[in-house]
Amino acid sequence: MILYILWLRQIKRYLRSKSRIVGSLGQPILFLVALGFGFGPIYAKAGGGNYVQFLAPGIIAMSILFSAIFAGIEVIWDKQFGFLKETLVAPVSRTKIMIGRTLGGATVATIQGLIVFIITLFIGFRPVSIMGAIFSFIVMFLIAMLFTALGTAIASRLEDMQGFQLISNFLVMPIFFLSGALFPLTGLPKIIEYIVRIDPLSYGVDALRGLLSNASNLGIGLDLIVLLSFVIVITIIGAWQFSKIEI
Amino acid sequence: MSEDISNKIIEVKNLVRNFKKVEAVKDISFFVKKGESFAFLGPNGAGKTTTIRMLTTLLEPTSGTVSLNGFDAHKNPSDTRRSFGIVFQDPSLDTELTAYENMYIHAVLYGLKREVYLKRIEELMTMVELWGRKDDLVKNFSGGMKRRLEIARGLLHHPKVLFLDEPTLGLDPQTRNLMWNYIKDLREKEGLTVFFTTHYMEEADKNADTIAVIDHGVIVAQGKSEDLKKQTNKTTLEEAFLALTGKDIRESEGNHGADMMKMWRGRR
Repeated sequence: MILYILWLRQIKRYLRSKSRIVGSLGQPILFLVALGFGFGPIYAKAGGGNYVQFLAPGIIAMSILFSAIFAGIEVIWDKQFGFLKETLVAPVSRTKIMIGRTLGGATVATIQGLIVFIITLFIGFRPVSIMGAIFSFIVMFLIAMLFTALGTAIASRLEDMQGFQLISNFLVMPIFFLSGALFPLTGLPKIIEYIVRIDPLSYGVDALRGLLSNASNLGIGLDLIVLLSFVIVITIIGAWQFSKIEI
Repeated sequence: MSEDISNKIIEVKNLVRNFKKVEAVKDISFFVKKGESFAFLGPNGAGKTTTIRMLTTLLEPTSGTVSLNGFDAHKNPSDTRRSFGIVFQDPSLDTELTAYENMYIHAVLYGLKREVYLKRIEELMTMVELWGRKDDLVKNFSGGMKRRLEIARGLLHHPKVLFLDEPTLGLDPQTRNLMWNYIKDLREKEGLTVFFTTHYMEEADKNADTIAVIDHGVIVAQGKSEDLKKQTNKTTLEEAFLALTGKDIRESEGNHGADMMKMWRGRR
């Protein structure tokens, strides 16, 4: 019941902020149109095939990454606008509060991913199978959980939004660009390849690409194991950081 | 003093809290009697907020004990938390939700049964005259309305003690008056104990049975308003307060930097 109420709160806040829903769709649409149509011909000429087919899973992962980190970072808002105190002084364990919030934030991020998925269909993306599409929703939720928990862990340590730029430029953007969302991860310099291998989003992008475009690089089994392990570890770290918040 | 133990709803013994090198609270002991209205006064940075945070389980004491409604605040935070309600210095409502939703979340967080909270929410929201606005988003509320809603929310789970940390700060005299009337009614009806801080001395004079004055982390005086006036040979509580705590303006001693930042942010 407590998990449900905290989950419901996140969902209600999301559904009420129409500008947030619309605003967060601008970037993925821009990427899809500009990159999809812009690089499409070059990608095809280089022998890569249909670029939209390659790009769409990456952009879906991107929108989930951004929404999820943002949902986690909302902890800072709650610190500043006070609602966090209301939950922390309630006779409920901090772990429960953190997990409830994270589930809510992850649901919101997954919904964003689904909306972007629908948009990609209009731009010409064709998933290879319906089963694949359905299983991809599970992967979307795992990506969402991972990065909501990561956002929560970071936000638990920050006092205000001033650190947000830092996180955005030195964490979120590298995670995105080095995940293979935009370009294939073959023939990369060794050092970049290692970084790509420790970027959890690489496995999310690869799994989505496997399920939606039948073009997994690493194998969906490995992707799922790595993603799930990251979700568990980061959620534990997030819950631990959250439990140390002093207000 | 020969007080019956069962009569003490809050009992603080040798409470100490240090922040790095600063001693914010230095070995204070006091008790609050069941059903009384207790004012906790002190200049900025005297240790008031730090003490309240320890009484309400939000901060671990460096040493000493807090017992609230018979529960040890730090060994048994859950039962302690169920025993008190709190209105913080700065608002702690979710402004993107409606007034009713804020109440509902609180009810669920405190594990109230549906048949209990449905009635109680309506009763309290009617009392603070917000029942007609229950489905409005809190962000559209005035400061006074938010404060009233917070009081209603703090009382939702039938607490034994209500903490009010500068509850009337920034409110107009009408709202202040109204608020103290609600609180008086509740004390009569539910035997509620009220523990509050304020910088308005006339408010403490009028509404407190017992007053404690804290300064530099120690309790410098405690008693009825009349006792403090007699003790300092002054005619008003404000004069007595100044005599006890001096007339110098306080910088942020007793609290560490982040705390002060939060306080100032809350003030704006």
